[in-house]
Amino acid sequence: MENYIWLIPLLPFLAFLVTLLFGKWWIKESAHWLPILAMLGSFGLSLAAFIQIRGAEEPVVVELWRWFSVGSFQVPMSLQMDQLSAVMCLVVSGIGLLIFIYSKGYMHGDTGYYRFFAFMSLFAFSMLTLVLAGNYLLLYFGWEAVGLCSYYLIGFFYHKPEAAAAGKKAFIVNRIGDFGFGLGVMLIFVTFGTLDYVGVFEQVEAGAFGEATLIAIALLLFMGAMGKSAQFPLHVWLPDAMEGPTPVSALIHAATMVTAGVYLVARSAVIFASAPAALLVVGAIGTFTAIFAAIIGICQKDIKKVLAYSTVSQLGYMFMALGVGAWAIAIFHLMTHAFFKALLFLGAGSVIHAMGGEQDMDKMGGLRKRIPATYYTLVAGALALSGIFPFAGFWSKDDILGATWRDGKYLIWAVGLIAAFITAFYTFRMIFMTFFGKPRMDKETEKHIHESPWSMIVPLVVLAIGALLAGFLGMPGKLGAIQSFLDPVFAPADHILGIHEHTLAAIDYVLMVVSVLVAMLGIVLAWFMYVRRTYLPAFVGRKVRPVYKVVYNKFYVDEFYAATVVRLSVDGSRWLWKNFDEKIIDGAVNGTAWLWQRAGAVVRPLQTGRVQNYLLGIFIGLFVIATVVVFV
Amino acid sequence: MIEPPVEMPIPVDWYLYLSAALFIVGVAGMLTRRNLFIMLFSLELMLNAVNINLVGFSRFHENLVGQNLVIFVMAIAAAEAAVGLAIATALYRNRKTLMVDLFDRMKG
Repeated sequence: MENYIWLIPLLPFLAFLVTLLFGKWWIKESAHWLPILAMLGSFGLSLAAFIQIRGAEEPVVVELWRWFSVGSFQVPMSLQMDQLSAVMCLVVSGIGLLIFIYSKGYMHGDTGYYRFFAFMSLFAFSMLTLVLAGNYLLLYFGWEAVGLCSYYLIGFFYHKPEAAAAGKKAFIVNRIGDFGFGLGVMLIFVTFGTLDYVGVFEQVEAGAFGEATLIAIALLLFMGAMGKSAQFPLHVWLPDAMEGPTPVSALIHAATMVTAGVYLVARSAVIFASAPAALLVVGAIGTFTAIFAAIIGICQKDIKKVLAYSTVSQLGYMFMALGVGAWAIAIFHLMTHAFFKALLFLGAGSVIHAMGGEQDMDKMGGLRKRIPATYYTLVAGALALSGIFPFAGFWSKDDILGATWRDGKYLIWAVGLIAAFITAFYTFRMIFMTFFGKPRMDKETEKHIHESPWSMIVPLVVLAIGALLAGFLGMPGKLGAIQSFLDPVFAPADHILGIHEHTLAAIDYVLMVVSVLVAMLGIVLAWFMYVRRTYLPAFVGRKVRPVYKVVYNKFYVDEFYAATVVRLSVDGSRWLWKNFDEKIIDGAVNGTAWLWQRAGAVVRPLQTGRVQNYLLGIFIGLFVIATVVVFV
Repeated sequence: MIEPPVEMPIPVDWYLYLSAALFIVGVAGMLTRRNLFIMLFSLELMLNAVNINLVGFSRFHENLVGQNLVIFVMAIAAAEAAVGLAIATALYRNRKTLMVDLFDRMKG
């Protein structure tokens, strides 16, 4: 394994280089082959590593070369393969491969075809580096690199002002989180004298450090995770990121990159477990985000925005799980979510493709018979997201709720359950508005509705199968394959928290039934409102108009930021520009010039230009020197 | 006072008086006259004042290096006169005058 894991990130990077350099003039319309083959290679190698790492007690660390070597600051360029990295590699390369294939059909004919595949490959490289990194600095590198690719790809249609603005917004909001993350990495080095996972975790386990330091490290790391994983209050960039092409939304802003924050917290599980206060913050923020984003999701009209808020909400669930120390379950939900959310996004992309670019659900309806393959796969994804037995989302979401219950956090459990209800409601609201009822599009669009090409349908079907079956990997209790697979990674953290393996009790079954019933209720309500009594949504909207307006406008978070943070920094910058830059900086420069000008004006008359005046000076000088030499 | 190693028919002091007088005349001419030619003449006076000084001390110290130096000074004075006169000619062609107080374009 040591001799090939470096190839996993390298293959997409080579594909990126070749595609970017030769794409425009030479490869052009066949730009998809190389990236797809590279992803296939990465996937194969990840699979091999996954099989080999099974049951290994210690992580495999490969030091490729020494990256930094300055005094005691030693950072190797090292890759670490353990069970967690293996799962993440499989998710990234597997889902990535399917989305690359899908993109071949979806992006067909775009002028930036090669550019799209080049940056998707660069993203795959960055993300695989992120999950394979053996120390925090390389993780940070991958972290920033995925952010950069996210920026490129959100602004892929750079001629659209909204897309360019969304790219910038994503980048800037992420900067806030990454600032904390960067400080966290520095604090780790100052505290532990190393950045290697193995070294850091060993020292934390030994327990020689003050809790305050650990809490500070954990919270700073979590700040980075909040930015990348779009947790409240840094969630604002993710819905806007939907300006990017749909495959980008599916791969980067649903399945992989946004889960980097979850990965970071899970990777640092030992640190978080040693800082219970920080863990509580993680759980609280996650829970709040889960319900907050779900509520916003109810009122969105744009099919991709619904899914975007759903992603934010599901990421909240993952942090909820991390907050109660259910590390493996969070990773499990990450994995199932990657399947069904990628499926939902790609399905939504297929709908948008069929509708000729229309994203407003008010202008859809009745598509069930027209694009059946998309319909069936999308419903599979929706069932998985809602958490209906036996789809993937049922197992993972139910595990999370069960874990919160077992941990005694009943409030979190209750909020999570309500969020699950809302999730089921808005998911099926989306399905019913899109596929049921009367067609609401204009005649011209209706005539052109067509099923997507095979390259788009095949990934949908594969993902739908995944959404159906992936859940069985993580059955609750001792049966869960994924839990026992990840056990070597999380055992130290569980040990610190005092969590023991739990066996299924009667309460677990009750909780399962309750959560499925709640989800069913949400679906039925959606059906009632959007299929049966279609006048109801407008009626309810009128009845609670102020509430509806607040939710429809996403609780005015963007407006709040515009009025406070943005306004403050714009006004502050303007004040500094007018007062500091123009008056002090420019004043100092101009003042210096003025001073020398005045000084020059004073002594300038000495320079008469007459040779005899100079001669007089010379002779006087000579006379003085001679006098001094002779008489002194 | 260093004792002269040989008897000098004219004491060294006289050379110095003559030299100083000539030098003062040169300096005065240099500083007061405005005509470039007269200034060049004054310059020659100063150089020759120095030469007399050198010759006088050369005899006084029984050292021929001083007289060697005089030959050099005369050669350079000749070269300087050639260059100086050429400049004066060029200046006159340009400005139709040799009054140096009119040449003040280098003033600050």
